Order: sequence, then structure tokens, then C-alpha cells
Amino acid sequence: MSSNRPRVKIIDACKNFGRIEAVKNANITVVKGEVVLVIGPSGSGKSTLLRCVNRLEKLTSGEIWIDEDCLTAYHADIRRIREEVGMVFQSFNLFPHLSALGNVTVGPRIVKKTPQNEAEEVGRALLDRVGLGDKYNSYPDQLSGGQQQRVAIARALAMNPKVMLFDEPTSALDPEMIKEVLDVMLGLAKDGMTMLVVSHEMGFAKAAAHKVVFMDNGEVIETAPPEVLFTNPQSERTQTFLDHIL
Amino acid sequence: MAEVDRSSPRKTRIEISDGALIPERDERAIFSSWRISFFGAIALLILLPVISPEPYRRIITFLPDGILMTFIVTILSIVFALIVGLFTGLGRISRIKIINRIATVYVEVVRGIPLLVQLFYIYYAMGRIVQVPRLVAAVTAMTFCYGAYLGEIFRAGIQSIPKGQMEAALAIGMSRGQAMSRIILPQTIRVVLPPVGNEFIALLKDSSLVSILAVADLLRRGREFASKTFYYFETYTVVALVYLVITLFFSKLVSMMEERLNRREQQ
Repeated sequence: MSSNRPRVKIIDACKNFGRIEAVKNANITVVKGEVVLVIGPSGSGKSTLLRCVNRLEKLTSGEIWIDEDCLTAYHADIRRIREEVGMVFQSFNLFPHLSALGNVTVGPRIVKKTPQNEAEEVGRALLDRVGLGDKYNSYPDQLSGGQQQRVAIARALAMNPKVMLFDEPTSALDPEMIKEVLDVMLGLAKDGMTMLVVSHEMGFAKAAAHKVVFMDNGEVIETAPPEVLFTNPQSERTQTFLDHIL
Repeated sequence: MAEVDRSSPRKTRIEISDGALIPERDERAIFSSWRISFFGAIALLILLPVISPEPYRRIITFLPDGILMTFIVTILSIVFALIVGLFTGLGRISRIKIINRIATVYVEVVRGIPLLVQLFYIYYAMGRIVQVPRLVAAVTAMTFCYGAYLGEIFRAGIQSIPKGQMEAALAIGMSRGQAMSRIILPQTIRVVLPPVGNEFIALLKDSSLVSILAVADLLRRGREFASKTFYYFETYTVVALVYLVITLFFSKLVSMMEERLNRREQQ
């Protein structure tokens, strides 16, 4: 970790859908270069909270800061902040009418107005980096789930984000494809990318996470380094959850 | 009228139940219903003037101007209706309330008034302000009517694209407009192509209504000829056969297009 400046700061975040409180007073800080994993039972609000960090959902109350930018401010430049926050979805959400390279270059070309050949050069390098150097011109429906998710990671990286969000990136994948996606994520973590990951991949947590956050029922129950949280959880609810999944 | 199959995101297709007769994709018989009607009609159009040159030969030389006019009305109307339809479809899903309301009211009004009445109304309503050529009134009315239908197709098409597409586009920093034009609409076009083809055929048939405004289309030319010569039965036989050949030709084209789209999806 190069410094202790918080890159993502979630302060007293609350999100209601009608009368349902999906997230209650959540506080999470991700320091630059840190990998934070959020775990918890389904419906615990972890995905909702993650979606608030690039404002696909709006917080009901509370604040989210990306470096010096307050995402929840009334005048926040959402589009500029979103450029700096990469997002990887559970269901990949690749653009089916564009090739792998097209998916990776469309953001820089449309949003950043990068010239096409420059965007393609960067795009090819990113696809090489996620191990898809031979799939530049393949369309999403010609790729396996694992390959699609790696293109999706490359697409997010193409915007050169300060932080990457992963919303259950491996839970839609067949078991034999999970590793190839996790390997890419491990590589990113090793290169110092700041990452906020919703996932239950314990192997990834142990190998790469600096901090694990346990959420239940919309609340952050416990935050600790993985070796502490997994072996010696402070809360009973954490213990019960871990018993179920380990 | 338009139904969206949301069961799987990749094979989204819009089914249209009314409108033109589209050949069944799996009908592979040599004597398919399409072939019987299409080649039967062509054979009749060739045979009738041979067997009975008077009056059929005269009728057939009299009609081509009308066919041309029918195509002019149809093509102008579909082009304008596509533009109106795109904006109506976008308006129908707009999050700005007033735009949404305007688009929805427009669709409701158009759907509730018979096209024939709309034709009269627009012709005479326009006539009170400025005297416009009949062709302009006809195309305006057809555009007004079909713009609403096509708007519903565009709306269904846009809504058939999974929500994750818009989210993924927003997540890389695109504006809603950029996401719509670069990500959503290109995918929508593939989905709406077959139903738009159907509407084109329906419009082509409905264009015969403009003959009541004395636009010299195929039907109008037929009427002129018949009222001069009193060959009513013979003239309208030819008129019907010509319409049939044209619509069957285009419905085959639409079904081939649909088949190609499906095949590409299955790859």
C-alpha cells in the first residue's frame, strides 16, 4: 500500500426501496491500493451498496467519496466520477453488437473521445492482459462465460479507473471458469489496483483481500483482515454465516 | 399488438399477431401457400391479356402510373413514419413526464381513429389553413397514423433490451443519450426489423385508402379506367392481383430477413 489516503469512503450510507431498508448506516473505507471484500447472505444489501458507489442507485442518506469528489453531492459530476470507477457485473453485460475489442474501446472512444487507433492499441493491450489476445474480433455470444467476464474487466479497465467494483463477478460462471476470472483479479490486485469486491470466493479473499467486510440485513456487522475474520470472528452472526459457507 | 418475448435476453423477438400474411418459416413444400398465391397471381396477370386481350391488355397498360404512385406514397410515408415512430418510442419511455404524456396521448388518439377518418380529417383540416397538394395530405395522414404504430414497436424493441446494457453503458461514463444511441438503439434495430417490415406491408395495403383523396394511386387509376369503360369486374380483378403480387413479394422478403436474423442468432 503506497499511502493511507482513503480512495473510497462510504459514510453512514442508507438506502431504502420504499419501506424496505436495504442498507443501514454502512461505513466502509477503502484505502488506495487496498482490496476490500464484502461478504454476507443474499439480500444483505451488499450489491445495493456497491451499486451506490457509482450511483447506479442513489443513496437515501449518507455520503460516498471517491478521493476528493463527493458522489452524493447535489452538484456532483456523476459522469466524470463514473469514468474513474470501473464496474464489473455478475451477468457481464457485454454489448452483444460489438466485438471484444469494440466493447473495450467504445468507452474511451465515446466518452473520452480517444482517437480510434489509439483506443484500439490500448484495447488490444488490455485484452492481452486478461489473456484474450486471440479473441479481439470475437463477439460476446462466441465467448464462454469466463471469457466474457474477462472482456468485461478489460472494458472497465479501459477507462483507466481509480477503483474497480466487482459485483459477484464469478457467481454466474461454471466452476471451471471461475479460476480464469479470479486469476485476472489477482493480477489486478497485485498491480496495486484499488478494489471493492462483493464475492464469496474465500480463496480470493485469503490470497488478495486486505480487509473483509461482513454485511447482514443491510448493516455492516464486522470489518477485519481475512485471517482474523475467518478464524476469529467477533460477532455471532458472522460465525453463523461462515459456518454455512465454509 | 406487439408482444415481447423476455424469456431469454439473447433471443428476444417481437411477435406481431395481426397485419400482413407472413410465410411460415418452416413451410418448405413445393406447393406452399405462398407459392400458390404468388405464382398463381403472376400466371393470371400474364394469361388474362393473352386469352382475352380486350379489355385486359388495355387495363394493364393503364395501371403502371398508379403502381408508381402507390410506391411513392408508401415509401415517403414509411420514411417519415420511421422518424416519427423513433421519437414517439423514445417519448413513450422518456422519464420526463410531459414528453411521456404527449407521446402516449398521440398513440392513444391515433389508435382510436380509423385511418380513413384520419385521412379525411387531415386533408380537410389542413385545407382550412393552407391548400396543400393531395399527395402531401395523404403522406401526412399516413405518417401520422403509422408513426404511432411504429412508435409502439420501437418502444417494445427498446424495452426488450436487458436493463444491464444501459447500466453497463452508464458505468463506463456514458450519458443516457450516448448509451441510447450507441448501445441500446443499435441492438433495438435488429429486434424491430421484422415487425417494421410487417408494418411496411400493412402501410402499402392501406395506401389504397389515399385514392379517396383523388391521389392517382393503383386503386384510383383502376377506378378511373373502370368508370370510363364500365369494365368494373375485369379492372378490379387486375388491381387486386397486382396488390397481391406486390404484398406477397414483400412478405417473402420480410420472412427471409427474419430467417437470416434468427440464423445469425443461433450461431
